[in-house]
Amino acid sequence: MSDHAVFILSAYLVVLVVLGGLTIASLSGRNKARRELTARGLERPREQRARASR
Amino acid sequence: MSGFIALLARDLHLVWRRPGDVAVVLAFFVVATVLFPLGIGPETNLLARIAAGVLWCAALFASLLSLDRLFVADYEDGTLDLLLLAPWPLELAALAKCAAHWIVTGLPLAILAPFLGIAFGLDRSSLLALAATLLVGTPTLSLIGGLAAALTLGARRSGALLALLALPLCVPTLIFGAGAVETMAIGKNFTTHLAILGALALVALATTPWAMAAALRQAGE
Amino acid sequence: MADLHFLANPARFRRFSQRVMPSLSFATGLAFLVGLYFALVQSPPDYQQGETVRIMFVHVPSAWLSMAGYALLAVLGASLLVWRHPLAALVARAAAPVGACFALVCLITGSLWGRPMWGTYWVWDARLTSMLLLFFLYLGHIALSRAYDDPDRGDRAAAILALIGAINLPIIKFSVDWWNTLHQPASVMKLGGPSIHPAILTPLLWMAGSLLLLFILLVLVRTETEIDRRRLEIAELSADQAA
Repeated sequence: MSDHAVFILSAYLVVLVVLGGLTIASLSGRNKARRELTARGLERPREQRARASR
Repeated sequence: MSGFIALLARDLHLVWRRPGDVAVVLAFFVVATVLFPLGIGPETNLLARIAAGVLWCAALFASLLSLDRLFVADYEDGTLDLLLLAPWPLELAALAKCAAHWIVTGLPLAILAPFLGIAFGLDRSSLLALAATLLVGTPTLSLIGGLAAALTLGARRSGALLALLALPLCVPTLIFGAGAVETMAIGKNFTTHLAILGALALVALATTPWAMAAALRQAGE
Repeated sequence: MADLHFLANPARFRRFSQRVMPSLSFATGLAFLVGLYFALVQSPPDYQQGETVRIMFVHVPSAWLSMAGYALLAVLGASLLVWRHPLAALVARAAAPVGACFALVCLITGSLWGRPMWGTYWVWDARLTSMLLLFFLYLGHIALSRAYDDPDRGDRAAAILALIGAINLPIIKFSVDWWNTLHQPASVMKLGGPSIHPAILTPLLWMAGSLLLLFILLVLVRTETEIDRRRLEIAELSADQAA
């Protein structure tokens, strides 16, 4: 039944593409948000920032 | 109860002043239904076979058409804020609006559909089943649609979003409504379907008013 | 003021998330590789379905996870509406796309399984049709939560939708099951899928376990993103107000 191999491999490929793509997108989204937050100097809560700048 | 009647009467009165709004929805129902034979072909066996599904789907879409305006006018002119402060429970007000929608949309559709069913070659018992199931099923559509309208009140692209939210939730009603007519067509009894449609309506009645009120309160804040 | 209340839980969450993430990622990767080994190499072909049973090892866990994901959305929705838990909205926003992707994987792998089994890429099987409707419910949740300029409004509307959807899901499943038996095609097809044989169970559980770990990992990562984005929005809002 190895003529069905193309379906099996396609199925696993889909898993890889969709879930792998989601993982990559999620990680890059997190990094982008964190970069933007750090760029604005906001990564620590306001009280900590106030204490740090004193 | 008097609050319910008062709100219902008010909404019906508003529609009475603009009967064109209702007429447009019914006209859409007719036009959309007629498209199917034009798209598929006039073969009577085929049409009779698909009639139940086509008419039920068209009724569903026609019901959705007028829904995005269900709460918008009240939202914009401040009536919603008044309703939030009123002594009646907001659930009752939401229910009144859905009742008005049904009287003005669902009920006429249930009456109109059998006439279109004739054009699809349905026999008399099927036409009866069609009318009966639409009568029992369209209140559910109004309730679910009302919920979707309340959830999308003030949202971007509310029309399309409303349809996206409402249609999956309407699937059980569609399945049993259209299924009932087909059961009649093959000669069996459709009372089970009707009973299930009734049960679906009761579930909608039990769950949607609370959810609508919660959504309306969020819109009012 | 919004800043203070908002940060109480999310800061703790971020510390937890960053502590857990390295080992979680490692475990996920390892489990996935082991699962793949069992699924594609070690397990024998099923006597009924032959090699195509291997598709079940990704199709079934995806189904489980997409359904569990929606249950999670409902629980988070209740948590937001009833207890006003500040993180519930953000985790829901993070989890919905993950659940939707698992539903999509389930649908596509189901279709690929159907082709060698039944000869067509799409068949209106009760389970696939129910999964399609679940996918639409997910899309509705995702769209609704992002349809408002005020994200709180979107979060709470989506929470209501998740609760109503959760109540409806058994009803939808029941009606689709009924519809499917009514319209059963003439040839009687064994739609049950493989019976659980120990050799089948091992790869299935490994794949299910690794995909579950992936689900959790993705939700953690995306929640961190949502926290940061919400913080940015609050900052922009207060900057606008100060200006």
